[in-house]
Amino acid sequence: MIAIALTVNGDRHDIEVEPRRLLSDVLRHDLGLTGTHVGCEHGVCGCCTVLLDDEPVRACLVFAVQADGRAVKTIEGLANADGTLHPLQEAFHRHHGLQCGFCTPGFLMLASTVYKQAASMSDEEIRVALGGQLCRCTGYVGIVRAVRAAAEEA
Amino acid sequence: MKPPPFAYHRPSTRAAVDQLLAELGEEAKVLAGGQSLIPIMNMRLAAPAHLIDINTLEDEPTEPALEDGVIRFGPLVRQAAAERWLELAARAPALKEALAYTAHPAIRSRGTVVGSIAHADPAAELPALLLALGGEVRARGADGSRTIAAEDFFLGALETALKPGEWVEEVSLPAARPDSGYAVEEFAQRHGDYALCGVIAVAREDRVTLVHFGIGPLAVRTTLPAPVTVDDVREALADVDMTDDLHASSAYRRHLAAVLGARAASRALA
Repeated sequence: MIAIALTVNGDRHDIEVEPRRLLSDVLRHDLGLTGTHVGCEHGVCGCCTVLLDDEPVRACLVFAVQADGRAVKTIEGLANADGTLHPLQEAFHRHHGLQCGFCTPGFLMLASTVYKQAASMSDEEIRVALGGQLCRCTGYVGIVRAVRAAAEEA
Repeated sequence: MKPPPFAYHRPSTRAAVDQLLAELGEEAKVLAGGQSLIPIMNMRLAAPAHLIDINTLEDEPTEPALEDGVIRFGPLVRQAAAERWLELAARAPALKEALAYTAHPAIRSRGTVVGSIAHADPAAELPALLLALGGEVRARGADGSRTIAAEDFFLGALETALKPGEWVEEVSLPAARPDSGYAVEEFAQRHGDYALCGVIAVAREDRVTLVHFGIGPLAVRTTLPAPVTVDDVREALADVDMTDDLHASSAYRRHLAAVLGARAASRALA
């Protein structure tokens, strides 16, 4: 076991992990942050996307030991501390950007890194930027519309 | 879908990586971005007893470095950093196009240029690019370092000329030349997936070099006189065996190779 320190959504956690423990499993099972969803567990679906030092990563393709000393942001840290929703969450709600909701945390975390530029992007460019996230309900039209709406209001 | 156990090593210098590889032998793998290695560990297709994590090496370059017409990539230059590099469009247009096809943003923010080349997936863009541009790989180990030309580096699917104890400390690509044109074309099941067939074209004077990837265990390089038609490419690849699998028959790959090859050649010549 290896001792690591993770800062998740601003809170520091000192834990011990096996080297093979994936960041996605530490978030869900060790820290109880089950908002990060796990779909394919080999990097294809994008459901487990979180921010590592502000960059989007697949939590299932990072060992937790590699996040030692670094800052992780998950879906639980996206809304404001007072509970008001992030503009993207508001827009997904308003523009029907989710159906079953399984892919939504990954979409929101990835979109949070690009949505401020989305106002000047074409729909095609938004689709390419979001292309690594799969929605099995296939509700992409609402998702693209929500990202654009959040950008225009930002 | 959980990776098998391994011992974890976190060296801080390149020399310490050499030592660990020499001590641990073939049971050890170098972990850089991990975006190819961790999926195959999750699927239990790879089970290295030791992982040598180079992400904590000190004083490593994080951006490509351009010097004397050559672009050098250290082992921790992320694909996302290469995408953001200000000289990319002007000095490496083929790399710019190839990176757009390489997986997705959340993969490119971890994955490294060097790691993709060292992994040597025959359907990946960056190994084919190294071959198309005539780049070089610098390998090192406890016994010293050596430079390997692209055409000598790739031996088969996921197989390279690296010897036990060696790892890649740098990849270099020649910068774009004003007298040359470049284009990348690819067809995949979904954007960002590995290519069913892809091609990189480099046009110089009245000739075009094409490197096809995703069609077999190794990328295939051909050089044709301009202009290049679909039939010219089909004829040039007539004797090449094409992968036949669940996702695409060999006949379909042969068709893609000809159409995409001609399309890339005409853009590179334009």
